[in-house]
Amino acid sequence: MDFTIILQAGIASGTVLLFATIGELFAERSGVMNLGVEGMMLIGAMSAFSTTIATGNPWLGVLVAMFFAGLISQIHAFIVITLQADQVVSGLSLTFLGVGISLVLGEGLSKAGTVSLLPNFSIPLLTLIPIIGKIFFTNQSVLVYFGYLLVPLSWYYINHTRPGLHLRAVGEYPSATDALGINVFRTRYFYVFIGGMLAGLAGATISLAVSPGWFSELTTGGQGWIAIGLVIFAQWDPIRAAVGAYAFGALRRLILDVQGPLLLLGFANPFYYNPYLGFFLQMLPYLFTVVVLVIGSREAMKKRIGAPAALGNPYIRGERGK
Amino acid sequence: MTEQSSSTSEIPLIVEMRGIVKRFPGVLANDHVDFKLLHGEIHGLLGENGAGKSTLMNVLAGLYRQEVGTIFVNGVPKVFSSPRDAIKAGIGMVHQHFMLVPSQTVTENILLGLDEPRFFLRLPEYDSKIAELGERFGLKVDPRAKIWQLSVGEQQRVEILKMLYRGVDVLIMDEPTAVLAPQEIEGLFVTLRAMIAQGKSVIFISHKLQEVSAIADRVSVLRRGVCTASGVASKGVSRQELARLMVGREVVFSIDKKPSNPQGVVLEVDDIYAENDKGLPALRGVSLNVRAGEIVGVAGVAGNGQSEISQVIAGMRQCKQGQVLLNGDKVSNRTTLFGIQHGMAYVPEDRTHVGSAPNLSITDNVIMKNYRKSPISKNGLLDMKAATRLANELKTAYDIIVPSVSTPVRLLSGGNLQRVILAREISGLPAFMVAVQPTRGLDVGAIEGVQRLLLAQREAGAAVLLISEELEELLSLSDRIYVIYEGKIMGEVKVGGENADEMLVDVIGQMMTGTPLEQIQKEGAVA
Repeated sequence: MDFTIILQAGIASGTVLLFATIGELFAERSGVMNLGVEGMMLIGAMSAFSTTIATGNPWLGVLVAMFFAGLISQIHAFIVITLQADQVVSGLSLTFLGVGISLVLGEGLSKAGTVSLLPNFSIPLLTLIPIIGKIFFTNQSVLVYFGYLLVPLSWYYINHTRPGLHLRAVGEYPSATDALGINVFRTRYFYVFIGGMLAGLAGATISLAVSPGWFSELTTGGQGWIAIGLVIFAQWDPIRAAVGAYAFGALRRLILDVQGPLLLLGFANPFYYNPYLGFFLQMLPYLFTVVVLVIGSREAMKKRIGAPAALGNPYIRGERGK
Repeated sequence: MTEQSSSTSEIPLIVEMRGIVKRFPGVLANDHVDFKLLHGEIHGLLGENGAGKSTLMNVLAGLYRQEVGTIFVNGVPKVFSSPRDAIKAGIGMVHQHFMLVPSQTVTENILLGLDEPRFFLRLPEYDSKIAELGERFGLKVDPRAKIWQLSVGEQQRVEILKMLYRGVDVLIMDEPTAVLAPQEIEGLFVTLRAMIAQGKSVIFISHKLQEVSAIADRVSVLRRGVCTASGVASKGVSRQELARLMVGREVVFSIDKKPSNPQGVVLEVDDIYAENDKGLPALRGVSLNVRAGEIVGVAGVAGNGQSEISQVIAGMRQCKQGQVLLNGDKVSNRTTLFGIQHGMAYVPEDRTHVGSAPNLSITDNVIMKNYRKSPISKNGLLDMKAATRLANELKTAYDIIVPSVSTPVRLLSGGNLQRVILAREISGLPAFMVAVQPTRGLDVGAIEGVQRLLLAQREAGAAVLLISEELEELLSLSDRIYVIYEGKIMGEVKVGGENADEMLVDVIGQMMTGTPLEQIQKEGAVA
């Protein structure tokens, strides 16, 4: 068996993490931490699948998924931006809300059978590159290719455009940005919405491309939490986020495989022969969550790892004597 | 009110503010203030802290909205609802606290909030534009440098560039020298003059008389929200006269103190070693003593262990080695309460976070030390009536200017806040007081008040340790001065008597830069 097939699948599964991670990265760059990614992904996966069943059009499914996940992110935005509540608490409850809504509305979807999926195709010429062509450019979903585009575009947008400059400033020093006439509140709402849309896209990528179907909360299986952790690993940089997402995606695939690790790494898959080890793997998302919460609540730690300076802090317009 | 009438009439007014009134809850910050800025002048705006200078200029810069009054720019009435409007009319302000994003470059900070560039940043192109602009006004700064890499002086240049890039004609500088080193102040003055030469006008807000008379062409003075002098030529007015206009009474520039009559040793610091917040050694064998009835100063360049000494003495920092004795009792590495119960008073460096609880009222803040004792404590409960009575007494005795003792202390000006802290500390009749930078950031009147309170402590027989970076203050108040350098005491000198001040300044200066006293004396003997 060719190990490139495993990595090829790993890239596809990494694309899910990529969308969710980049989305969260945008929100956090504006200063808003949204721990509701898991919930928003489930909403996205559910609404994409159910729309596609109803209409037969997977493209429409993707759009609906992005719209609804974006919409639900605005609940979080309202609570933490306008009402200035704690971002961690609100984000956690958004996950509960998202899980709840998608389970109720997704009731019965698991028996709905197959739907038409998003197209897979290969990129001519690029497939000819040895190994890389096989892994990245052969028979991948259209969304995977979109992921390749999203990474450099996000990086360029954040670092080399005017709105990107404003985004960075809002996340670093909101009061200075406000003084220069940039609307901090509107900017934050906008990027929380972008984060929601991309989380919805990540959900749709699961249910319409990577592992099609609706398997209630197992559809996402904690990937939202991994995405939140990856943002920190990536130090809020889209390029590093892509590396992390694809590496994690490949890892998830390798673990399910018997022969892959032997071929690729030279030793047998320990998870396959010792199923108990698998439980530790399932713990990973929660371990990530703990790390995120610790970092999110410690100013000194945030400074050390280079987080946006205003991350987690509501912006309140100054009063005299402050 | 002092008015200058004749010679200015031919130069056009660029800004005129007429009858400005601005109120804050409980305070009338500006009471019908008139202000006139001539084209091409540096106009000094003097006043004590809390006199309403910054408020008036924040109105002009569009940050606050006046309740009554009109602003004319080039003779046309204008209404500013945001700083953007003011900048559009050609008026920009550089605030005391810089508004720069630390992780972004100089150019990015300057472009922030502008309509141009529209989408793509094209930084290199703007880098050279900004470098060019900086050259024109003598504001040297690397456009590609990140803000966090820059010194405070350079950051100020970025703030000025930000305003110049937006094409302002009137630049308001709010206390620009407060954060600068002496050489940087000279550089700033050169820049301001270069701007005047190129047709800009500058408003220079300050409470430092010396600077205003050095740089300003004309001066306006505010006192408690009222204009006491409007546009007088700075050449034609003495410093004494300006000081009187600022504080409304003669300021005594030299404090007269009685000869000291020290008694037994109250505080004994014996060979202490301690680390700073980063875990690096900050104190390396510091020994000193303070006797009853004297003020002992600690001089040194900031960051040589002064904060750590005061914290170890007050019981807020552990020492690794050595001990601090207060009247023979060991107070180091014990609770702060132990020190307080043994007669320790502490006036910390950080007034707002260590010295007071900003959101609590004056009453709550003044009873923080004696709430355990009668009359505040009654049958184990707080007697708030007694507390309010005490707070009102202290408010009168210490001249704390507020409408009510229930005002949260975060709303007080620096001088008033320091008086609240001193009222609390002194009313406990301490045997020993350590005061760190007690007059930093205060205006002339407040400084004098605080200094008098410290001297009164000495006369009452308390031992006072005064840690300050103001050499002049140390020389006028202290009986003895220790000099600290990199966590070690370089030597001790007596003030007054046969030692002339210039000689002392010279010796202290050498010690502050790391030469021990013995060495200075040895070299002196050779020469």
